[in-house]
This record gives sequence, structure tokens and C-alpha cells, in this order.
Amino acid sequence: MSQVPAELKYNDSHEWVRLEADGTVTVGITAHAQEALGDVVFVETPEVGRELSAGSSAGVVESVKAASDIYSPIDGAVLATNPALEGEPELVNSDPYGEGWMFRLQPANPAQINDMLDAAAYSDLIGA
Amino acid sequence: MADSALHTPLYAEHLAAGGKIVDFAGWALPIHYGSQLKEHETVRSDAGMFDVSHMTVVDLTGADAKAYLQKLIANDVDKLGFVGKALYAGMLNPQGGVIDDLIVYLTDWGYRVVVNAATRAKDLAWMQAQTAGFAVELNVRDDLSMLAIQGPNARAKVAAARPQLAELIQSLKVFQGVPVGDWFVARTGYTGEDGLEIMLPDADAPAFWRELLAAGVAPTGLGARDTLRLEAGMNLYGHDMDETISPLAAGMGWTIAWEPASRDFIGRAALEAERAAGPAMKQVGLVLESRGVLREGMTVTVDGATGVITSGTFSPTLKLSIAIARVPAATGDVATVDLRGVATPVRVVKLPFVRNGKQVYA
Repeated sequence: MSQVPAELKYNDSHEWVRLEADGTVTVGITAHAQEALGDVVFVETPEVGRELSAGSSAGVVESVKAASDIYSPIDGAVLATNPALEGEPELVNSDPYGEGWMFRLQPANPAQINDMLDAAAYSDLIGA
Repeated sequence: MADSALHTPLYAEHLAAGGKIVDFAGWALPIHYGSQLKEHETVRSDAGMFDVSHMTVVDLTGADAKAYLQKLIANDVDKLGFVGKALYAGMLNPQGGVIDDLIVYLTDWGYRVVVNAATRAKDLAWMQAQTAGFAVELNVRDDLSMLAIQGPNARAKVAAARPQLAELIQSLKVFQGVPVGDWFVARTGYTGEDGLEIMLPDADAPAFWRELLAAGVAPTGLGARDTLRLEAGMNLYGHDMDETISPLAAGMGWTIAWEPASRDFIGRAALEAERAAGPAMKQVGLVLESRGVLREGMTVTVDGATGVITSGTFSPTLKLSIAIARVPAATGDVATVDLRGVATPVRVVKLPFVRNGKQVYA
């Protein structure tokens, strides 16, 4: 069964977010999502500085099997993207909640995170 | 997955090896056993095994078996010079479209034909309908399993697992098969590597699988089978060709035996007309040297005319994306692909991309 860490928040398009101590938000895709995609071969992350709105396309994950859009779970400006994914896209498979993170946001409205799914609700969604 | 999915005799072995099971043409088969990329690389560098028991094996007997096949398929079984020799061919409809692609072996009882699983029902109905007027019997061998063991070390590892087959495996020529009791061992495959395809009684299959596992042959799923065959420039039925596509537009021109002109195979008249007019489309390989992955169905543009990607993937061997495409016959060295809304330049190359572990296109 896929891991669903209790301290993260989720959305139904299978991204996770983590609220960091400095108020920024890290975004990635879930273990369930990477498992469904299979081996990841390219990750296209958003440009640093771009303003994303919740639900807007923020990038693409390409696996051997399919291309899948990544959506921004909340409104915010892109502060950083994961530089390791350029050379090691497989980190999304091996460590989706850690080294496979995708981008970091300065949230425009941190309260939006409260409206996302908690681990229990996301587990129900994926039947875990 | 539907509970009605068919299981091969190796289903329990797939579960034991950690296979992720998917539905393929009504069969419950492994897409991978953890990582498609690793399995792909193992076949290119060592040895992997595929359960292809879902494929349909048909034995042909009768005085007219040869004449029947000379009408049924576009290649000519008269080329089969000795028992065991194999031939790749298209089975066409009268309009010159491809009903299926198949392999036929000359055997001492007549012929053995292997067709695809996804096309089984229509193939068998068509093959049966064409027997009218011929003394030929079709015997569907659902009692057989099939394992493909592929890779540079495949033959050596099978020989180590089954020492009684070692001498035979050593002596087999490429594209030749030999019956050994109830088994049939052929040096054929769908990966662009050396290797074997072995048909054997269902009851023997699980033990043989476990022997191969013990000899260090890696279980390999349908996912790697697809990326391996794509790198090898081999067609997949229902994707690179179908009943609406001529073999001349699907890279199968080499499988059409035009001579002797008197051999009236099904589809011949349509193909001759197409050849005389000059085929409108041809099959090529595409290489994307920038980031992204070419996918089936994407539009290819060449000087305002369009074609289509029929199979596309990320190539684990070449570390970039490759595709098989059907494009206007006048296509040169470059084309443009609509890659998720972005017009992206690609190189046009001659297939295949990879043979025996190495890049072969220029």
C-alpha cells in the first residue's frame, strides 16, 4: 500500500504540500501517483517567480507510460524548483515525499491549505 | 481489473515475483515487476524472460497447407527452405489492410503459425473462412504456454537451466525453431536482442520459469516488452498498423513476396495498384533531441502535410524519446511534432533505433 504521511496535506489530483517552518510551502506528487505513473523520465517544473493559482497547471511529469500534468494546490509565487530532478527524475519514484519534491511556493493565502485533504481523507480517496 | 480476465499457467509465478498485474487483451499479465526501466536494461545487457502464453499458436496440417498459406499471407512460405525455419508475414484483407502480423514456422507436420492475442477471434475466424477449397486443418494449441527469453546472455542461461537443451540451443540458427518432444525451441524474439522463444505444455511452464529464475533470468513485464520492441523498430499490431493500413505504409514492404507474380495472395491486387501509383505514406523513426516524450497519436507535420506517431516512448537505451511514425512519402530528414501544443522539431531516421544493445541509426 502507498504511504500517506500524516503531516502532509493532499488534493484529489495527487499532489502533496508541506507547510515549512518559514511559512513557505513545498509541493510534490504522492507515492500513489508515482506508482500509477511508473518510471519517471522527465519532470518539467514551473519557472521561478511565476504566480500560480490553485488548480492551474504548474508542470508535467513524463513517465515511460504517460504524461501527467502537475497542478498547483494553492495560490502562490514559485520560489524554487528541485534542481536534482533534471538529472535524476527517478527521485520522484524512489522518494516522492523527500528528495523527489517539485517546487516551493510563497503562499498568497496560507489558509487555502486548511481546505485540502488530510491524510485520512486522501487515504480514503485512493482506497489505501 | 475484470474478474473474468484470463490467467496464463504462470499467473502465480508473476504474483510471487511481485508483478503489477494489468489487463492486456483480456489477459491478466504483469506490466512490470517493480521497474520497467530496470527490466528493459537487463534485457539489453543480460537476460530477461517474458510470459507470452497469451499469444495464439495454430498448427496447420493437410496436403494443401502450403497452398493455403501462399494465399493467406503476403510473404511466401516457399522461402522456408528447411524444417524449423521461420518467416514473418502480414495477413491481409482484400483491400490490402493488415488483419494481423504473424510468424510461421515450417514443421515436420506442416506449419506452426503464431498470431497476436488481441486479434485472436477475428484471426481464427478469417483463417477458418479461407480454408474453403483447401485440404487443410487448423489446430489451435491452447494447451501450450510460451516464454520469450531475451538478451545477450539468454541462450547461455537457458542452456545452464536446462542442460539437456544446451547442444540444441548452441546449434540453432537465427530465426530457426526445432521441436523437442512436446516443446518447440526457436531463436526468435521481439526485442532486437539474441534470444529464444519456447513453446511448451502448460503443465511444464511453472517449473521451467522457476529454473530460469534460479539461472538468473529476470522476470520482465509487458511494459519493457513494448519499449524494447519500439527501440528495435518492430511493429505492434493495432498501433503501427491495422486493417485500414497498407503494409507499404507500415514498414512491412520487405515482408511482401511479389515474386512469383502468379502467386495470388489475398490483398495482392490492392497492393499492386498502390505500388504502381506510389504509396502516399511511409514508416519512419523519429528522434526527439530535446526534453519531452513523443506519444502515440501526436501529429507530425512535414511541409504542410501531416502524418501521425503510431508508437512513441522514452528510450531507456538512448535516454531520449523515440517514435515510430507514418508520414508523407516525401518526408526528408526533419519533421515537426505537436508536443502538447508546442511545435517541436524532430529528426527523421531509418528504423531500427537499437540492435544488440547499441544505437544503430545514424
